[in-house]
Amino acid sequence: MTGTGLTALAAQAPGTTALAAKAHGFLSPTGVEVAFLLVGLVTLGAALVTVTTKQLVHAALWLVVTLGGLAVEYLLLTAEFIAWVQVLIYVGSVVVLLLFGLMLTKAPIGRSPDADSGNRWPALGVAVAAAAALVWVVTDAFRATWIDLEGAAAAGEGSTKVTGEFLFRHWVLPFEALSVLLLAALVGAIVLSRRENGGRR
Amino acid sequence: MSDTLDVVLRLLAVFVVFLVLPLAIGQTEHKVMAHMQGRLGPMYAGGFHGWAQLVADGVKFAQKEDVVPAGADRRIFQLAPAVALLPYLLVLVAIPVGPGNAVGQVVDAGIFFVLAVMGVGVLGSLMAGWASANKFSLLGGLRTAAQLMAYELPMLLTAASVAMAAGTVSLPGIVDAFHWWWIPWQIVGGVVFFIAGLAELQRPPFDMPVADSEIIFGAYTEYTGLRFALFLLSEYAGIVVLCGLTTVLFLGGWHGPFGADGLGWLWTLLKTALLAFVIIWLRVTYPRLREDQLQKLAWTVLIPLSLAQIALTGVVKVVIQ
Repeated sequence: MTGTGLTALAAQAPGTTALAAKAHGFLSPTGVEVAFLLVGLVTLGAALVTVTTKQLVHAALWLVVTLGGLAVEYLLLTAEFIAWVQVLIYVGSVVVLLLFGLMLTKAPIGRSPDADSGNRWPALGVAVAAAAALVWVVTDAFRATWIDLEGAAAAGEGSTKVTGEFLFRHWVLPFEALSVLLLAALVGAIVLSRRENGGRR
Repeated sequence: MSDTLDVVLRLLAVFVVFLVLPLAIGQTEHKVMAHMQGRLGPMYAGGFHGWAQLVADGVKFAQKEDVVPAGADRRIFQLAPAVALLPYLLVLVAIPVGPGNAVGQVVDAGIFFVLAVMGVGVLGSLMAGWASANKFSLLGGLRTAAQLMAYELPMLLTAASVAMAAGTVSLPGIVDAFHWWWIPWQIVGGVVFFIAGLAELQRPPFDMPVADSEIIFGAYTEYTGLRFALFLLSEYAGIVVLCGLTTVLFLGGWHGPFGADGLGWLWTLLKTALLAFVIIWLRVTYPRLREDQLQKLAWTVLIPLSLAQIALTGVVKVVIQ
């Protein structure tokens, strides 16, 4: 999550995309670019609050804001299908599952002083390293590539049809491999939970 | 300029629908329930058959004090009704009522948009349940979450079946591709979708999360005044959205035996109203399902049925091509 916010910042930083800068100019950003940057900042802020707040359920709700912000970013990049799937899976299901778990453990209203981890500094290190790696890979991979958003939107490049064609023509093997991986995880979860029940009986 | 005006007019129309239809369904529910249960119901307000009872109820809600419990999480408690209601307003924007351009806003991945945003509405109930600092509310929130997780899957699978049949995920596109023989073809999916939608709205017989004989009113127990009214309104708006969606996906939207061109929107409204009547009918007919029965129905009946529907859709689709 932090990665995307930082990527948005890095994309705006001059130098890495000098070639594009000549053609498009960072000093006169379009409305979409400004909106992208602002939403990115909000997403980054919400992500920071998610990991720093001491109130468990608030953290989950800030996660909703973060994930929703990401969906808006996808939308601004004209990837409509991805944006809705993001809302459907993450906001609609994953966060509901999180809240379900929190309610089962009767998350208290107000601060939980023990909602902290001794691993905070290593965690911060890993987060920064992951963000740096992502920013570096993305900026290095795309360098001066410029996506013409209006053209992309007109050609429907983020539409369901195009996304589906890409997914099932060019990326079908990784896609299927992922689903086998998920299936393995599912079977594993069932095996683990069954064994526990049997032991109790 | 005329483009802006067009957008503003469309959004205004959607907003008016959002304000009018849920109230109309509320009023119908009063009357239909009264008739089915062989009683009069409220008959005095306004004169003719107590038509103004709904207005009186609204005034009553507005006058009541807006109480926030002392132990509650104030901000989340106050935010929850808005989170519950607004998604349904957003969803209405994407539901087409007539052929051509009679839709608030054409969304390319319409099915995904609608189901995704509807799922967000449930967060409102969860927030309310947790923030009320009341064990009945918390139990209601838990049941809401469990129910949503069980019924989201069959709803998605059956919607995917229709999308497969039509070869598109855009709602107007699906209605455009509709033929009359889709009704027998997709009937299982349609029934599963409707039942799963009922469960997601927590309407009887799936109203375990607000079971008044056990946990008072579930997540909404601590709410008073306008905020409570907003939760009720979101339930009725949910009925409008669910019936409209079922109409568009499974009953052919604006297609009818005759007059599909000029009066298409009337067919959509008629089918929606009929489904809303069925929802009210179910409320007065069926007893509440127990929690284990709820889960069993979703996981052992609805999901296998929706998978079978997808298989059938796929086979027929390949055969007719």
